[in-house]
Parts: sequence; C-alpha cells; structure tokens
Amino acid sequence: MSYQHKKIMFDPIVDNNPVILQVLGICSALAVTSKLSTTITMCIALTVVTAFSNAAISLVRNHIPSSIRIIVQMTIISSLVIVTDQFIKAYAFSISKDLSVFVGLIITNCIVMGRAEAYAMKHPPLPSFLDGLGNGLGYSALLLVVGIIRELLGSGSLFGYPILPLDRDGGWYVPNGLLLLPPSAFFLIGMIIWVVRSWKPAQVEQPEFKIYHAPRPEVVS
Amino acid sequence: MTDLINLFIKAVFVENLALTFFLGMCTFLAVSKKIGTALGLGIAVVVVQSLTIPINNLIYRFLIRDGALSWAGLSEMSLDFLGLISYISVIAAVVQVLEMFLDRYVPALYNSLGIFLPLITVNCAILGGCLFMVERDYNFSESVTYGVGSGVGWALAIVAMAGVREKLKYSDIPAGLQGLGVAFITAGLMALGFMAFSGIQL
Repeated sequence: MSYQHKKIMFDPIVDNNPVILQVLGICSALAVTSKLSTTITMCIALTVVTAFSNAAISLVRNHIPSSIRIIVQMTIISSLVIVTDQFIKAYAFSISKDLSVFVGLIITNCIVMGRAEAYAMKHPPLPSFLDGLGNGLGYSALLLVVGIIRELLGSGSLFGYPILPLDRDGGWYVPNGLLLLPPSAFFLIGMIIWVVRSWKPAQVEQPEFKIYHAPRPEVVS
Repeated sequence: MTDLINLFIKAVFVENLALTFFLGMCTFLAVSKKIGTALGLGIAVVVVQSLTIPINNLIYRFLIRDGALSWAGLSEMSLDFLGLISYISVIAAVVQVLEMFLDRYVPALYNSLGIFLPLITVNCAILGGCLFMVERDYNFSESVTYGVGSGVGWALAIVAMAGVREKLKYSDIPAGLQGLGVAFITAGLMALGFMAFSGIQL
C-alpha cells in the first residue's frame, strides 16, 4: 500500500471527516447512537456499502450517460443496501428491529451518494474503494465516540454490560437521562465539532458578519 | 375522520420527521440559512412527500407485500426484498416527472424550486416517510394523510430553523463553534422543544 493510498484511506478520519466537515450523513449519526450495539452494526453496514458502491460505480463510470447517472448510482447503492439489510435480518434480527428504518435509509445517506458523485465518478476502482472505506471509517469513528458517551453516561453500561454501578441497584452512579434522549446527539456532535476545530483551526468557518468593537472614546479630563 | 385528523396532527408535531426522527438532516442543516430558500425547499418536500407516499402505498399493498399478488393468482409469492429499490425508483421518477411538469406548465414555480428538486431525491425524509408508512402498515387514506402531514412537519421545522439561524448570524460565537457547530446545538434545542409534544396522546 503506497503513501498515496494510505492518505486516501486515513484522511477522512480527522482531517476531512464526512460528518463534521463535509456535513454528510448526519441523519443516521443522530438516530442510532443511543446504544453501542446498534451503532456498531450501523457503522459496519455503512462502511461496507460505501466501499463497495464506490468500487462498483467507479468500474462503470465511463459507460454511464451523465443524464441518468443519479438513477444508475441509486440502483447500485440500493442493491447493496438490500443485501446488507437481508444479511442483518438473517443474523442479527433483534438489532435489525432496533435499527428499524435506518438500514434502508443508507440508500439516501448522503455519504454514499456524495462520495459516489464526488470521487468514484472520476477515479479508478482501487482508490475509489479505499476512499469509500476511509469515509466509512471516518463516519464510524464519530459515531463510536458519540455512542460510547451516550451509552456509558446515559445508562452506565457498554454493549449492555454494566460498567458504572447505578444508584438504583445500590451503586454510586446516577445516570444522565438526557443522554438517552435523541436531542443529546446534537449537543454531543456540536461539542465534538468544537473540539476538532479548536485542534485544527484550518476547519473553522468564517463568520458572515464580524462584530465591530468600537474603540473606547478617549477620556478627556 | 377523527382518526385521520389525529394522524395528521401526530405526523406534523408529535412525530416530526426532522426533529424527532432526524430525517433529512443534511439538507436541513445545509439549506436553512435563509427563510426564503428554506420555505421553497419546504414546499417542494410537501409536494413530493404527498405524491410519493400514496403511490408507494399502492405499490406496497398490491405488488410487494407478502401475499399481495393474490389478485394475480400468486398468493404464495412475496417480493419483500424488492421493496427498497422500488420505493427509491418511484421517488426518483416522481421527482423527475414533477420537474419536467413544472418546467413546462408553471415556469415561475420551476424557477424558484428548480435547484431543490434534484436534492429531494436523496433527502432521507422522503424515503424515511415511505419506510415508516410500510412499517406501520397504513391503508390508502391514512397514507395520503401521513404524506401531507409529515411533509408539512418537515417544512415547518426547516422554516423555524432558518428563522433562528438568520438571527444567529449576528451573534458572537466562539471560533470553533462558528457555523456548523452552533447549528447543531440550535437544532438540538429545537428538538428538545418538540419533545414537549411527545406526551400528547391522540
């Protein structure tokens, strides 16, 4: 694996994260993170779909007329999603019930479409595959952080195994109910964006309006 | 009738697609910088949602559901696994037809909605609405109500969000939170507000 390939694969994890910099794929990032088991299933499903759809679209990229390319991409992506959906239903039925419609919604997940359109249509299969894999990993990294915080602090457990003894079972930890509610994912991702952008100031957006601080008038005595 | 009104109110407020299920968040955050554009996108979503959900409902009930093909004498057959691909094709086709129709007959509306229509194909609120319709097994009149209601709810949420963000751009925000970060936190607060509806039993 050359340096170039490594860069394609690992760049999207922090430097060009699909969720917090490209603003793609937020819907599922918010809805599936209240439990770690659903989070991980979703991450694996999305990474697999993104990687293989990128590779498949890149293979046929020179044969797609540009006027119907969206429909062609949609067909490839939805076939992959159907396979994934059936696979999860067959081997992890209870998790598939928890995820409800969100596996199906990978079809319209902007990461898959966005990478197909922005990268796979212009690059050969191997880099496209790695790009898909990298963006899937970037998405997974963010989701895992959010999922771990929400499950650990919200219900004191990870993967359903108790880590922090809850006070209602005689332990010391009072669970934070807010973190189990869906809006908390917004706050957490907002905070993560803040942390990442303070660490890498190049990602900070310029404000539309600068606040003008009027110079203090000289005190004339 | 009361059932349908209840379903409508539930779809607009209690089960708001944008703020309770977080569907269509990408466009929700990207297009909510100005009230005008947000309203345009909102109307486009209402139109597409109220067309696609009933159409997909018919397809689901007469072609795809387990035993749905009994009218053709194929009561053993289930085309369940073709669900996702047919819903998304219907959505893409409806959006395309709507675009051509508006271009031909209502050019003024086409010019104001034009750029948003292609975006709607990949808006998860539309596909999400269809999948919820399938999961909850709505009949035809329920699916029409749910389609209109969920579209209106999404439009309401994005217009409200745009209103907040128009004011927000004049405020003094820490550098790292500028733009996307504070948009997330605003949306979170709005979602908390919408949770107040969740106690309502209809």
